[in-house]
Amino acid sequence: MEKNEKELAQLIQEISGLNPKKCMKCGKCSGACPAFHEMEYHPHQFVDMVDRGDVNRLLESKSIWMCLTCFACVERCPRDVKPANFIEAARLALIRQQGCNHLKDEAVPPLLDEEMPQQAIVSAYRKFKK
Amino acid sequence: MVYSYFPGCTLKNKASDLDLYARKSAEVLGITMEEIEEWQCCGGVYPLGANETAPKLASVRALVAAKEKGQDLLTLCSACHHVLKRVNNDMAENENIRTKANNYMQLEVPYAGETKVVHYLEMLRDVVGFDQLKAKVVNPLKGTKIAAYYGCLLLRPSKVLGFDNPENPKIMEDFIKAIGAEPVIYPYRNECCGGYMAMENKELAKKKSSTVLQSAKENGAECVITACPLCMYNLKVNGGVDDLPVYYFTELLAQALGVK
Ligand code: SF4
Ligand code: SF4
Repeated sequence: MEKNEKELAQLIQEISGLNPKKCMKCGKCSGACPAFHEMEYHPHQFVDMVDRGDVNRLLESKSIWMCLTCFACVERCPRDVKPANFIEAARLALIRQQGCNHLKDEAVPPLLDEEMPQQAIVSAYRKFKK
Repeated sequence: MVYSYFPGCTLKNKASDLDLYARKSAEVLGITMEEIEEWQCCGGVYPLGANETAPKLASVRALVAAKEKGQDLLTLCSACHHVLKRVNNDMAENENIRTKANNYMQLEVPYAGETKVVHYLEMLRDVVGFDQLKAKVVNPLKGTKIAAYYGCLLLRPSKVLGFDNPENPKIMEDFIKAIGAEPVIYPYRNECCGGYMAMENKELAKKKSSTVLQSAKENGAECVITACPLCMYNLKVNGGVDDLPVYYFTELLAQALGVK
């Protein structure tokens, strides 16, 4: 059965294992984020949207695929909220569904080049597909 | 000092220079690197989901192998270091992960994070000592202006990595001084190069890595050093600054020690 929006938000929280209510909305995470300009919803908003159960817009937006997992938001957050983990949890909530991989195998060969390190390929596979 | 060594996939392939020059330099410095038998890929990224135990098992196996030999676990690749260090922290502090991993592995003695994970740079700083290193340099890189590029994975989250001050690190600059060169401080040295976006979103990787390189260049760098194969790739291929060479720190180390 399809999950409703509240259940999806609950699922994201469960996957993250973290508490979005710790956030005090200071915006430091978004201020530190190197992918800020690529995102429609920013790290502090991710946390807030998961908290309020307003996740459909988030899951449909490209924003969640822009995170570089650089941990700047995690490092700077004064409340140890770990915004990056919520983003990963949102990704996982999507790609764990059958047929919902963000990166498809057939898309990979043209993305490769001679110098690309194994690390890039392994990491992208771990991040974008199950 | 004898270490268990985890090279990782990329150092066996595209980043073989990072490995080769580390080994050559270690010999001069009296450090033995014993490669772990049958190590497996760390996965490249640390799994952030709360219940992801299976993708951490490869790291646990390496950590256990080092423990069984009574050795610290030496790493070189920033990503392997990041993953091994964080999984080790889970095994020490996260009862859920520790229990599941141990149940799965059925070890005679359960593993609880006893192994110390040490990056090669930390080994240079804390075991060899930068003063001792300096004394062994036969070929100082006098007057060369080098920009250290830290990136993300060695530094953050600092609570677990404990590598250096995440906002104002100095270990690589101290390394640069020890090999006789001059460190260049620039604002983007601990900002992301674009990381794994290199494959899926090349435009974003280009933006990020060119910002880093331009910043280094504007501040007078003649070359850049890194400990990460993916940073190396992004800076070289996506960085868009052709006259600023990027080296693995081990290559310059080997050069300074006269073994390159
Ligand atoms: S981990 Fe992601 S969300 Fe956090 S600062 Fe880095 S790019 Fe932005
Ligand atoms: S830095 Fe932390 S507390 Fe501040 S808005 Fe971001 S998640 Fe919330």
